[in-house]
Amino acid sequence: MEDYRAPMEHQWSPYSWNGGTILAVAGEDFAVIASDTRLSEGFQIYTRDSPKTYKMSDTAVLGCSGFHGDVLTLIKVIEAQQKIYRHTHQKDLSCESLAQLLATILYSRRFFPYYTYNILAGLDKKGKGCVYSFDPVGSYDREMYRAGGSAAAMLQPLLDNQVALKNQAGVEKEPLTIDKAVSLVTDVFTSAAERDIYTGDGVKISIITASGIDVKEVPLRRD
Amino acid sequence: MESVIETPRGGFSFELCKRNEALRHAGIKFPNPVKTGTTIAGIVFKDGVILGADTRATEGTVVADKNCAKIHYIAKNIYCCGAGTAADTEYTTEIISSDLELHRLSTGRKPRIATACRLLKQYLYRYQGEIGAYLVLGGVDSTGPHLFTIHAHGSTDKLPYVSMGSGSLAAMAVFEDGFRPNMELEDAKKLVRNAVAGGIFNDLGSGSNIDICVITTEGVDYIRPYDEANIKGVRVGDYTYPRGATAVLETTVRKFEVTSETVKTVESMES
Repeated sequence: MEDYRAPMEHQWSPYSWNGGTILAVAGEDFAVIASDTRLSEGFQIYTRDSPKTYKMSDTAVLGCSGFHGDVLTLIKVIEAQQKIYRHTHQKDLSCESLAQLLATILYSRRFFPYYTYNILAGLDKKGKGCVYSFDPVGSYDREMYRAGGSAAAMLQPLLDNQVALKNQAGVEKEPLTIDKAVSLVTDVFTSAAERDIYTGDGVKISIITASGIDVKEVPLRRD
Repeated sequence: MESVIETPRGGFSFELCKRNEALRHAGIKFPNPVKTGTTIAGIVFKDGVILGADTRATEGTVVADKNCAKIHYIAKNIYCCGAGTAADTEYTTEIISSDLELHRLSTGRKPRIATACRLLKQYLYRYQGEIGAYLVLGGVDSTGPHLFTIHAHGSTDKLPYVSMGSGSLAAMAVFEDGFRPNMELEDAKKLVRNAVAGGIFNDLGSGSNIDICVITTEGVDYIRPYDEANIKGVRVGDYTYPRGATAVLETTVRKFEVTSETVKTVESMES
């Protein structure tokens, strides 16, 4: 219990935390990005069907979690910028360029940030799988895999072990297939739903390949 | 005349408060106590009382225990559901159960729920709410079936249907819709199950299974679980590590010099 004898300053906060976990894995010629579908606040559930992945183009999907108000606005801003680019250049933004654009948009709000944890997944200009992860103010890096959002701390070490084969001696590094990636992502979300109260209800998995974007929905614990 | 032996002064000991304040100012992170999150509920029905509880214990937003038991034994005819700080509910019910047993031996009578209620509320009031135990106490004694709620500060309510914990609103919504006086056993069990389920699925602090405890003049039926409402997710892949996956960095063999050997025979115990 806090000390109720000491003066405590209360202030309205413009932010709130709506939960949600996102995860992306890049393969040789594909990328997989998934998010859970639960939207919550405090101990309440708003809805069981609010996926946090948004299709940006045929080669890029953005996963966005954190404060849902900022998520929706950020998506609106990115899509507007994409529209301008398409009109000007008569083509879609590549994944690398989209990442740079997102970083610029996020940093433009450096002193009143978008409270969002973003992961962009897709195919780069050469057709290889790519994953870009961002912090709320636009610091970003290209990686092979990344977990973000509510259960990130639980999932990231598991991915380090199973995707990058860290802390495992004498294991042959086999190329990651789409099926293996999808089953790993499903299992990892199943495990997150066991221990994180904000992760559950369902997981929406987007598989990005040269032939398009395939979507899979798997149910999760609803408690 | 000053006594050499110091009699205990009673009341709450504030000795550590100053030290805790100093630590807080120094910015030390305090450990989060395991709270039960919780949905607990109870009703009085035709033949007695039914207590119900979920089985999730949380440490902040992480699930610490997926299947903990929240319905505690107080006496053969009295059980108590606990919400709030897990250690507090566990120890408080154990202490009062012990006191009640001594009392039972002293009086030679079957313990009464009102007695357990008095013992609990007087204990909790003494600690001014610092012991975070929020309880649903129920049972059947010589005067009939009784159901109480007890708050950490020591207030009690005697009611025909109650719920406590973070999921109490969801559970109470179910009760307000479905409760009738003098319900039949199976209907009453289903109602309590539905109330706890309301908490499990709509409150993030509650989850996993539903335990119930039916107490009547005949005896106690402790059903754990009554409903396994959430089964553990089944993994698709195989994550067993092959032999040698853990790297051996260094091997040291130290031989022990055996100086003497003695053999001692021990009588085997009665099996």
